[in-house]
Amino acid sequence: MENVLIQDQEIISEFLVESYENLSRLDRELVEIEKHPKDAALLASIFRTIHTVKGTCGFLGFSTLEKITHQAETLLSQLRDGHRELNPPLISLILETVDATRKVLAAIEATGKEGPDLFEDLTERLRLKAQSPATFADRSGPDIPAGATAQRPELHAASVPVEYRKSEEDAVKSSAVADANIRVGVGLLDKLMDLVSELVLTRNQILQFNAEREDPALNATSQQLNLITSELQEGVMKTRMQPIATVWNQLPRVVRDMAVSLGKQIELEMDGADTELDRTVIEAIKDPMVHLVRNACDHGIELPDVRARAGKPPQGKLTLRALHEGGQVNIEISDDGAGIDVARVRQKAIERRILTPERAEKLSDREVLNLIFMPGFSLAKAVTNLSGRGVGMDVVKSHIEKIGGVVDLFSRPGEGTTVKIKIPLTLAIIPGLVITSGGERFVIPQVSLLELIRLEGDSSEKHIEHIQGTPVYRRRGSLLPVAYLNQVLGLKSPGSAEAVSMVVLQAEDRQFGLVVDGINDTQEIVVKPLGKQLKGLSVYAGATIMGDGRVALILDVLGIGQSSGVLSESHHEAARAATEHKTQEGIEQRLLLLRAGSFERLAVPLSLVARLEEFPQSAIEHAGGGEVVQYRNRILPLVSLRAVLEPGAPEQDPAPDPMHVVVLNDGDRSVGMIVDQILDIAEDVVTVRQKSSRKGLLGSGVVGRRVTDFLDLNQVIQATESWVRGTGGIGNDKRILVADDSAFSRGLIRAGLDMAGYQVLEAGNLDEAIRQLEKQPLNAVVAGLDLPPNGTAALLSAMHRRSEWKDIPVLALTDSTERMQAPDVRRAGFQDCQPKFDRVAMLESLDRLASALSSPAVEPVPVGDKR
Amino acid sequence: MAATNATLKSQAAQAGRQFCTFFVADLFFGVDVLHVQEVLRFQQITHVPQAPAVVEGLINLRGQIVTAIDMRRRLQLPPRDGDRTPMNIVVRNEEGAGSLLVDEIGDVLDVDAASWEPSPENLDPNARDLIRGVYKLKGQLLLVLDTERALDLAVRRGA
Repeated sequence: MENVLIQDQEIISEFLVESYENLSRLDRELVEIEKHPKDAALLASIFRTIHTVKGTCGFLGFSTLEKITHQAETLLSQLRDGHRELNPPLISLILETVDATRKVLAAIEATGKEGPDLFEDLTERLRLKAQSPATFADRSGPDIPAGATAQRPELHAASVPVEYRKSEEDAVKSSAVADANIRVGVGLLDKLMDLVSELVLTRNQILQFNAEREDPALNATSQQLNLITSELQEGVMKTRMQPIATVWNQLPRVVRDMAVSLGKQIELEMDGADTELDRTVIEAIKDPMVHLVRNACDHGIELPDVRARAGKPPQGKLTLRALHEGGQVNIEISDDGAGIDVARVRQKAIERRILTPERAEKLSDREVLNLIFMPGFSLAKAVTNLSGRGVGMDVVKSHIEKIGGVVDLFSRPGEGTTVKIKIPLTLAIIPGLVITSGGERFVIPQVSLLELIRLEGDSSEKHIEHIQGTPVYRRRGSLLPVAYLNQVLGLKSPGSAEAVSMVVLQAEDRQFGLVVDGINDTQEIVVKPLGKQLKGLSVYAGATIMGDGRVALILDVLGIGQSSGVLSESHHEAARAATEHKTQEGIEQRLLLLRAGSFERLAVPLSLVARLEEFPQSAIEHAGGGEVVQYRNRILPLVSLRAVLEPGAPEQDPAPDPMHVVVLNDGDRSVGMIVDQILDIAEDVVTVRQKSSRKGLLGSGVVGRRVTDFLDLNQVIQATESWVRGTGGIGNDKRILVADDSAFSRGLIRAGLDMAGYQVLEAGNLDEAIRQLEKQPLNAVVAGLDLPPNGTAALLSAMHRRSEWKDIPVLALTDSTERMQAPDVRRAGFQDCQPKFDRVAMLESLDRLASALSSPAVEPVPVGDKR
Repeated sequence: MAATNATLKSQAAQAGRQFCTFFVADLFFGVDVLHVQEVLRFQQITHVPQAPAVVEGLINLRGQIVTAIDMRRRLQLPPRDGDRTPMNIVVRNEEGAGSLLVDEIGDVLDVDAASWEPSPENLDPNARDLIRGVYKLKGQLLLVLDTERALDLAVRRGA
């Protein structure tokens, strides 16, 4: 008796598995048939599926299910035989049937019975429908906005997604070979995977053992073992692979329902649905996929009339693409909707104090777009409404990152948005970096690893500096918080070492350096969970077994960052507040200090420096009569600072390899300045100034209590580009506001003004300029013509409205000489106009304008004084 | 399997069965043999910084990573002599395996259910929390270790 019961149990669970599969296929097919209502093969397949479900329930005695599916079957047979036309209300009714069936199945799964809900209403509606005369105007189905879908079938006929069709055919083919397949429980596969993982570890141990002795027989055997193990590992991994279609199958339904409820027209195209992923990964991407697709439908694709006005077809297109690439799976979700307005995101980030204006300007559009993934951002309703995206994107990101994946976002306003996801094929075996600390070995997952830094020599300790006891490292001009693994884990440190090894890690959006005792090598490791006794330790992500058979702990990068305090939110806030405070002071400057030739200490405003790089001598190529290197897919012209400052002096012999290059950047234009050594970054008030007549230098000042020469970047850049420039400068002591949208231009102008003895304040847009004007009295404003957001005219009119501002002279700086004489510039309210990078002309003009103001800057200027 | 374990547990205190015995300092302990997966000599151990003090570290049990609990520290006894290496008793329950580091392994004993008694009230609270009862053997008392509690570090210690 009991045996019979158990057999029944098995049959029912088999029935459930099969029915769920059938239902997800139905979802997809029904949405598909809505587009191609005349597709007889598809209709037949739908009929068959329902028929199968009905047949099995009858056999197992599930009467409710049988009743529902029977009515649906009747309807479908009428459709199949051409007695009835397919229309959206009918589809909705059938989809409702599918949902009801699913509910009953869930009840059967949970309790073994069909549950109390008999779905009599639905059955009745289905029955009525089947008996009603076949007409188009159908009222018995649920209400659906007709405009959304009514004309869709014809529209879609031409745009059949090719790939999608193909997978249909594949499905048919695979059912033909169904006899060659067997169903295997997931538990068994998981067990196999565990065993293979252990075999991989044993193999590693044997290989290490083999390497220690010279036994030809052992050597041959272990090689063989190695090969077989690898193949077995691959094979078993394959058994756990599932096509991404298992996740995607539900999406056509999601898109259809969204489109209907939003009154939009959306076509879903799926490419690469047969791309395979490990079971665990499939499970993990399910929710993020649905979320992203919903997001694209909701915020990405516009309403039909909006699209029509933008000159796009009324029907939006959502494309899903999946493909294998380099041991990873790339998934793309792209829409042809409104896209995201980068400028808005940037502005919001500044308003919400996520970025300082300076930082925001330095970030590329892509980096700014990725701010959308920040938790604070997605909650910002204003951003969502304005730019169209954001809610819950941080959740998507954290889900993907949890499985070692990466999310990236690309968008073009008006053209659409693409989200790219890169995820590993499997979670069980990952690459990791083995490091040692306090005599123990640890593994850092490769996905969190950005770079390795080795600080050698006497100065190694000096490289890591302390701000109120917090260690930091200057990494290419920005401060990187540093943690010591020995301290985080409470291990003994080995005393003063000759060199300091540091790994730069990324956790969420932030980076930090982790000092370790030693860096070993990278290995494929099998991740094993920790026992419950150790689950509470946030610093570990698990453990693994090394080649020598010993256990090593896998570090949890986020946990390490948090427990060492380098990633704590409050710390972050404080650091940001500090920088903001400084930038608002305006007078303090950040300077990059470097050495070239006989000049021991040279300074460049850090705002002009894009990156510090090293290039090997072999990378130098010649183009246009100068030296260049290929850099980030661009040609970067090089100029040797030594040659500029000491023309005719012998070149360094031998030439240093690699060369240190300071990359100066202004939008599309970059110049690489070869220097002998990067010394330091100083944040200081430049106090004493002295003009210099030497070519390439503006003059000298005191930075960090040492005399430092200031580079004239105009002249340095001239060496690569033939710009016409003059030299010299006249000094006085006045406050000048430099308002220009380009940080590079501001920096150059500032450098010129600084050396002439002006106190310089900067503004990158109108708001900043107004703020600076409000903060202190100014002697003059130097402005570019295109001050964001609406041009410099807005600044002028704002200044004219306030009595204390309206007499401050404004000098316009233009990019081209043609605009200089234009009378409308003067009419616009500027007092003078000069070419942007002519320092002498600018200084002379300012001198003229500012000296006309006889009274000190603090006093209001008498009206009409300057004319 | 789960059902079997539950039944065993309910009977553990009363029924006369086989016990795997071991020593921690001068205490004589027993664990139901059905809970013991294996007994091992001292294994290479990987220490876990920041872990609770009673966790000696992790051992590799044929590819399975098992947490080793030092029973001396678990019972708040003085540490072993420096030159004595502990033995591993790997015990298993529904949640997985754990290893108990003990001083010495004794015999497997058949005990008579009738000789069972609950643990005496005046027992050191550190030990009493982990002991399910006592079998009065000839010339010796066998303390029945609650392996579940011994491995569970979250239980109220010293309570």
